[in-house]
Amino acid sequence: MLGIDDPLIWLAYVGCVLVALLSVGYGLVRRNRAPDKLTREDRAWARVEKKVEDEI
Amino acid sequence: MPGHANVGWIDILVILIYLMATGYLGYLGWKGTRTASDFLLAGRGAHPVIMAISYGATFISTSAIVGFGGVAGLFGMSLLWLTFLNIGVGIFIAFVVLGEPTRRIGHHLGAHTFPELLGRRYQSKGIQVFAGILLCLFMPLYIAAVMTGGSVFAASQFGVDFEVALLIFSLLTAAYVIPGGLKAVMYTDTLQGVIMILGMGYLLWFTYDSLGGVTQAHQTLTGMANLVPGPLQEMGHRGWTAMPEFGWGAKNYELWWTVVTAIILGVGIGVLAQPQLIVRFMTVRSRRELDRAVPAGAVFILLMVGTPYVVGSLTNAWYAGNGPLLHGRVVKEIDATQGRVLVELVKEAPSGRWEAIPNPKTGKPSVAPLIVAERQPAVDARGQAFERVSGRSVAVVYARGQADQIVPRFITTALPRWFGLLFFLTLMSAAMSTLSSQFHTLGTAAGRDLWEQFAGGGRDGQPSLLVMRLAILVGLLVSVTLAFMVRDEYVIARFTAIFFGLCAATFMPAYIGGLFSKRITRAGALASMLVGLFTSLFWLLFIKEREAGAIGLVKRFADGKSSLAADALNWPSVDPIVVALPLSLATLILVSALTRPLDGAHLDRCFPERRG
Repeated sequence: MLGIDDPLIWLAYVGCVLVALLSVGYGLVRRNRAPDKLTREDRAWARVEKKVEDEI
Repeated sequence: MPGHANVGWIDILVILIYLMATGYLGYLGWKGTRTASDFLLAGRGAHPVIMAISYGATFISTSAIVGFGGVAGLFGMSLLWLTFLNIGVGIFIAFVVLGEPTRRIGHHLGAHTFPELLGRRYQSKGIQVFAGILLCLFMPLYIAAVMTGGSVFAASQFGVDFEVALLIFSLLTAAYVIPGGLKAVMYTDTLQGVIMILGMGYLLWFTYDSLGGVTQAHQTLTGMANLVPGPLQEMGHRGWTAMPEFGWGAKNYELWWTVVTAIILGVGIGVLAQPQLIVRFMTVRSRRELDRAVPAGAVFILLMVGTPYVVGSLTNAWYAGNGPLLHGRVVKEIDATQGRVLVELVKEAPSGRWEAIPNPKTGKPSVAPLIVAERQPAVDARGQAFERVSGRSVAVVYARGQADQIVPRFITTALPRWFGLLFFLTLMSAAMSTLSSQFHTLGTAAGRDLWEQFAGGGRDGQPSLLVMRLAILVGLLVSVTLAFMVRDEYVIARFTAIFFGLCAATFMPAYIGGLFSKRITRAGALASMLVGLFTSLFWLLFIKEREAGAIGLVKRFADGKSSLAADALNWPSVDPIVVALPLSLATLILVSALTRPLDGAHLDRCFPERRG
């Protein structure tokens, strides 16, 4: 199939596309499921990170 | 080597426009809300597609495109398993399983670098310093691979020597990273990602189109199995659309162990322990943002690594049908009905006679498989008549045995010149986005993880800018020296695989264990890291034939042999990760079981969600 005789190569070829499709499906299904809350701790972390970045 | 420089004013203009656009976006990054932490501070997330492409552009470099693409040209489509792991492990597992715990613990503990994350998780400055030293020592290997990939292509595209291309590439890198390219400006990464998508998309379309479509192209390649060069056949190469021969204890299983353990597993799994990628998870706003980035990340990686591995393999089919004619004297018939022969390559001397082309390694006449196009009488260097056959061969013959040359030569031979320029920008983008993260990791490891821990911090306890800049400069010099000195077969892929394997064996058990288990102890983590590192180094210095042979230390202990296991077939082809990672994991579990866990209050800080 697809001009490839070795099933392990064929599987890898199709598997790459399938795992990419699985990832797309996962992203769409989970689009709004996980919480999206920014905590005070997250902001504090970002402040320090920005300082580190700016120094570099 | 190229005969004459081939750089037009349009080339220079386009490259300058690209650099100015990158510089302008970088400048905007200093001023406004452009980095991940800016987005966090502003209380909103970056667009998931931007975040995914930014991550992908950091992940994928010239190493994947030129280095591993060339390895696919040599070994075939078995490398597609690496693409499978790059998406399944490098994106799906990394984002879905590791991303959120990394982000959470990083924020709980206020960690900003990977060594700091490990150090704070295990309350150990020793672990932080150890990880920092390792990154400072070995990151230049990976940087050298990325720079070699860009320079090899630039040399081929613009007709300059590799050394000149490397020098220019180094200056461009220094100009990019030292004044401000280290700041992970998401829009810069995204511009680079978009250029990469355009370049790789066209390359994939062109290659399949020029070979008659997907199935036809694969069928042509499948039908070329009997053209695999002899030395590769002896290692177990069974064609470019077939897995290498599998087994243990014979020379013809060597390729399987090289491809599967070093290239597919080493890089495919090793990506989970890449410090420059792990820190990206900490800059994400929430689990939701990670989930939303998975689709774009997966499609981006599919295109970015799937394309070079497929195209790299298909270059063999393209050359067999369209490559420049080569000439030779028949040594052996491979298949008379298909007009396939094995020849000693010859070239015409000024006298009009045909002389053998010596193999640069052995000095003997170069031997190559050929699909015969015509046969003509000729006279050899000794004045004797012979039948000269002309025809086309496979990619590695046109690349003169250098896998790293396969993709660059294909681009300059097969594709229009304007695409060569676009592809150069693609490689520049891939290189710069990765290099900025590599130098960022190197600089912060030196400044934050080493200098601050040893010297108690720079001014006001802040990381010392001077130490960081010095480390970056030294790292750049070491990387350029490595790239200059080591020019061997598929060195780009090998340097990358060594770095990924070292990181996997040293960091992965302690990192993943620390994310999920309260029971992993400080002693367990440190012991695991030490065992992972030293097992890998031992294997590279004394067992793995290519590396041990090149370094040369083992020759003093093993009567001139290039591996302590030279007589035990297949062991010298096995990658260190196969031995070092299980040992590192076993050490983590065993030592953690025998030592006391970290104190409860600290574990509650690490895992407040699991308190009580």
